[in-house]
Amino acid sequence: MHTIAAVMKRELKAYFSTPVAYVLLFVFLFFASFLTFRGRYFEVRQADLRIFFDMLPMLFIFLAPAIGMRLWSEERKTGTIELLFSMPVTVKQAVIGKYLAAWIFIGVALLLTFPLVITTNYLGNPDNFVIFTGYLGAFLLSGCYLVISIFCSSITSSQVISFIVSVMVCSIFVFADYPSMLNVLQTFLPAAMVEAVENMSFVVHFESIRRGVLEFRDISFYLLFITGWIAATCLMINERREA
Amino acid sequence: MINVKNLSKRFGPIIAVDDVSFQIKKGDVLGFIGPNGAGKTTTMRMLACLIQPDGGTALVNGFNIVEKPLQVRYSIGYMPENTPLYGEMTTLSFLNFVCDVRRVSKKKRDEEIERVVGICSLHSVRHQTIETLSKGYKKRVGLAQALVSDPPVLILDEPTDGLDPNQKRDVRDMITSMAKNKAIIVSTHILEELEATCNRSIVISRGSIVADSTPAEFRETGGGSIDRYFENITRGEN
Repeated sequence: MHTIAAVMKRELKAYFSTPVAYVLLFVFLFFASFLTFRGRYFEVRQADLRIFFDMLPMLFIFLAPAIGMRLWSEERKTGTIELLFSMPVTVKQAVIGKYLAAWIFIGVALLLTFPLVITTNYLGNPDNFVIFTGYLGAFLLSGCYLVISIFCSSITSSQVISFIVSVMVCSIFVFADYPSMLNVLQTFLPAAMVEAVENMSFVVHFESIRRGVLEFRDISFYLLFITGWIAATCLMINERREA
Repeated sequence: MINVKNLSKRFGPIIAVDDVSFQIKKGDVLGFIGPNGAGKTTTMRMLACLIQPDGGTALVNGFNIVEKPLQVRYSIGYMPENTPLYGEMTTLSFLNFVCDVRRVSKKKRDEEIERVVGICSLHSVRHQTIETLSKGYKKRVGLAQALVSDPPVLILDEPTDGLDPNQKRDVRDMITSMAKNKAIIVSTHILEELEATCNRSIVISRGSIVADSTPAEFRETGGGSIDRYFENITRGEN
C-alpha cells in the first residue's frame, strides 16, 4: 500500500508539473461544455445532464489515451523504468500506482465540470441523485478507457504509437453495441456470440448506471474489466522489462 | 556480502554472461572492467534483480536474487548506466520519492536527505528541476538516490562516465570514503580509475571472467602498465 501510494503521488506530481495536464484539462472542459450547450441542452427543455453524459463516451476516446499514453512509454524511453525497478517496487505496485494516479486525474477533470451541474440546478429542478450516479458511472467508465491506455502504453516506448493504438482499441469497445457493427457480426457469428460482443460495450453498462440504476452486473463488469487489463499490463511489463 | 555462483544469461543466440562466479566481502570495492559488450552491465543488472538469470544464482546480503528480489533491492543502492532520472522533478522531490519507496520513516526523512545531499554536494541544486541540471550534477543525483537509506551494497554502473576530471575525482573520493562499511561494485573502462578506487578487480570479456586480482598485480603482470595487461588479456583471445 505504502509503495503504491508513493508511486501514485509521484505520477500525480509529474502530471501537474508539466503544462500537458493543464492543456488536457482545458481541452476537455472546453469540449465538454461546448458540446453540451451546443447540443440540445436548451432545446429539450428538461433540467438534466443527459446531453453531457451522452457525449462523454466519445470524448473519453481521446482524453483517456492522452492521459495514459505517457505512463509506461515515457519510462521506457528515458530508461527510468530501470531506475524504478532497481528500487524495492514490484511490477504490480508500480502498475496500480500509475493507474490510480491517471484515474484520479480523470476524476479531477470530471469534477471540474461542476458548473454544468450548477447551471442545471439554476435552470430547473433536476434529479441530483441521477446526476450523481451519472458522474459515478462516468468515473467507472473512464477507468475502463484508462486501463486500455495503460496497457497500450506498456507495449511500446513511443507515446504516439501508444496513443493511436489505445484510441483504436477504445473505439472497438465503445462501438461494440452499434447496430451497424452488430449487423455485420450477425452475418457470420451465432446469436450468443453477437450478444456477448454487445455486452462488452462500455456504453451498454454506462447507460443503466447513469439512469440511476446501480446494478451489480454493471459494476462488476467494470471492476472485472479493469482488473483483467491491469493483470495483462503487469504481464507485459514483466515480459518486456528485459527488452 | 555478495556471493555469485555460476551466473549465466543469454539473449537469444548471444551468451551475454557465461558461468560467472565471485565473492565480495564488506569493505571491498570491486572494479568491473572489460571491453564494451563484455557483460558487465548484464551481470550488474542481474544482481539488482532487473533481469532474471538463465542459470546459476547469487546471494546479496544473504538474500537470493531469484527468490527474494524485493529484499535484495532493499539491500542494494543501484545506479544505472547513463543515470536515467525523472527529469520533471526537483532534486528534493525526487529524493523524497526515493525515501518513500525505500521506507525511510517521516521522522528520519529530513536527516536522511540532508545526509545524502551532503555526501553528494547537492545543496545548491536542491530546488532545481533535474532536467535542467548539468551532467555532473545529474550523476550526483543518481548517486544520491542510490545512497538513500544507507544500503549495505552499492552497484554503480559507470559512475564517472562523461564527467570532467574534477568531477571524476570527486566521485572516486566519494566511493573511497564510503568503502569501509559497504560492499561496492563499480564498472568502468577507465583503467586508472581501478587503481584509484578499487582494492580488487575482475576483468570480464565476452561474458566470462578472465582475471580476478588486484589492480597492483595487474600492473605488475603487464610489465608496469595496466593498459598493456588489459590489452593482452582481452585481445589475446581473438
